[in-house]
Amino acid sequence: MAEIVIKNLRKEFGAFTAVKESSFTIGDGEFFMLLGPSGCGKTTTLRMIAGLELPTSGEIWLGGEEVSQRPASERDIAFVFQMFALYPHMNVRKNISYPLVSQGMPKPQVQAKVAEVAKILGIESILDRPVGGLSGGDRQRVALGRAIVRNPKAFMMDEPLGALDAEFREHMAEELRALHDRMGATTVYVTHDQLEAMQMGDKIVVMNHGSVEQFGTPQQIYDHPATLFVADFIGSPSMNFMRFDGGITVGQRSVSLGGIEIATPEIQVSVAPRKLVLGVRPEHIRLSDAAQYRGQVEAVEYLGTTQIITLATAHGRLKARVPAGQVARVGENIGLDFTASTLAIFDDTTGRALRTAANAGVHHG
Amino acid sequence: MAEVSLIGLSKKFGQTQALAGVSFPIPDGAFVVLLGPTGAGKTTILRLIAGLEKPDSGDVLIDGQSVLADMPAQRDVAMVFQQYSLYPHLTVRENLAFPLRSPVLNVPEADIATRVEKVASVLQIAHKLNNKATQLSGGEMQRVSIGRALIRSPRIYLMDEPLSSLDAKLRADLRVELKRIHSEMGATFLYVTHDQIEAMTMATHVGVLDQGRLVQFGTPREIYEDPVSAYVATRLGQPRINLAPADLFGHGPHGATQIGLRPEHIVVGSGKSATVRRVERLGDQTRLHLACDGHDLITLTDVHTPLAQGDSIKIHSENPLWFDTSGNRIR
Repeated sequence: MAEIVIKNLRKEFGAFTAVKESSFTIGDGEFFMLLGPSGCGKTTTLRMIAGLELPTSGEIWLGGEEVSQRPASERDIAFVFQMFALYPHMNVRKNISYPLVSQGMPKPQVQAKVAEVAKILGIESILDRPVGGLSGGDRQRVALGRAIVRNPKAFMMDEPLGALDAEFREHMAEELRALHDRMGATTVYVTHDQLEAMQMGDKIVVMNHGSVEQFGTPQQIYDHPATLFVADFIGSPSMNFMRFDGGITVGQRSVSLGGIEIATPEIQVSVAPRKLVLGVRPEHIRLSDAAQYRGQVEAVEYLGTTQIITLATAHGRLKARVPAGQVARVGENIGLDFTASTLAIFDDTTGRALRTAANAGVHHG
Repeated sequence: MAEVSLIGLSKKFGQTQALAGVSFPIPDGAFVVLLGPTGAGKTTILRLIAGLEKPDSGDVLIDGQSVLADMPAQRDVAMVFQQYSLYPHLTVRENLAFPLRSPVLNVPEADIATRVEKVASVLQIAHKLNNKATQLSGGEMQRVSIGRALIRSPRIYLMDEPLSSLDAKLRADLRVELKRIHSEMGATFLYVTHDQIEAMTMATHVGVLDQGRLVQFGTPREIYEDPVSAYVATRLGQPRINLAPADLFGHGPHGATQIGLRPEHIVVGSGKSATVRRVERLGDQTRLHLACDGHDLITLTDVHTPLAQGDSIKIHSENPLWFDTSGNRIR
């Protein structure tokens, strides 16, 4: 297993730049997520690490060696694709052992290795079945088995759960994460599903338009998004944006929205008057009769433990996540409190978060 | 709009019993969501009401009248399918107007134009009205196909997973929109999904199906808080309800073989030892994966919990649900 270091990686396809100067480090044994919308450059980045594309410039260090210009066959990486292809004329055992047999490994060793992998994946009972009649989940397990069996330095996975239905996807995500915990193999995983990234990843890189927007642990990225893009992309419902005009003096601990002071973490920069955005996660809005800031209830969505309340305010539509027991009626005018320590302030023009006592030290892209 | 009643509907496809004696009312103005996994019979129910299939036995009543003898067109229902089908050679405007141009309806052109504009703005596709249907993204095409149903005022809207092909953000927006449309128009909806969030957030009534049978019918809150069986309990709630042997925390009531623990039924602090297997941080919630006496339990904890893998904590249960050998609820 190995650490992977990406330095100033860039990829151009003709006039189009797919990846712009990306840098990040994937720790040995980490489950690492490349997250972003389609076209953001995440798959291109993965393919460059695997050696399926050669970068235009930049470095890729794999276990202490610079491999960016080496072919895939010399990198010892296993790739699991979204559309996994199995050899249809072979049974499960032969599909899994194929990579070893083609390397010329002696038969007893191959058998021992396949038995070990089958045990890890819990597919011992289907080893002699043809792959044709297998369920989607079992096919996925066989495809994983074929990747694992080689003991590669790292695994690359390109939306391996993308084609599965929601319920089954959640189950496989848990299974993949448990498998990772048992094997401890460095894994780079591409997805556009923010929940999947939060659920499975040790670290996440969020990409947009070929650039790294933010790099960190799931909780850091959720609590302290570096940009408006990240704040909007991560979380469901996503962060509320309340747009206002104002300037900031360093040390300020509140912002003024329509004449009402809203407490924030201490802001550590000064900015001249401009368009600003106050970012509030839905669970950090509390309903409070006494609060000065008001909103009108537009919709209530019951979710069991919690409920989502949609509110019309002077600064746009807000979504609040509150305990299911609280009563809120459509049409009602209610006061809103915001949890000060969790609020973020963004520059609307650059899209970047202003530095505050809360987010100082968070790694930006 | 109208009241629809299903009475003892059964349907077999070859050897497969798709539906077995399904009865429930869809009150006038209700938003009924049918929830169940693939193959539970959800779509078959919609197709029987629309007249696309005939039941082997049972009846479909609309406003008290049996419609089994009526052709689909005579039943005056609007159906939205999971896979949208638009007229590719027509613009969005023409696609939306199409159902109103039926010679039977004889709607004046001015009314058609007003209704098209209104539906397009509700579904946020007003800026695409003059595009050909083929120039739209998948999400836009699905909105047009929903719009083609909304533009009419049928006796009931039948919707078959209309949001499942849309991305998460648009799905969340349209959930709120559909609910608003429902309350503003007072329309009757029967909506099929396997997405529990859609069921919880939009429904006035939820029907839970299991292998062709209706196992519970009630408000989302009733289904979540008072499920009739372990199967129903696992249908709603994220993280899913934990099921473990009844004696995990001492004795259950007579006949109980399983204890059902939602996160709110697990109290941390005192009681039995449990080991933290994993701390799953999802941002707005943090899930604690526990091993307790060899059983895996998942519960929610403080978002910024200091707990880590390998830590040991004490837990006990509070007002859990109990189930017997066959999974039925014991109260």
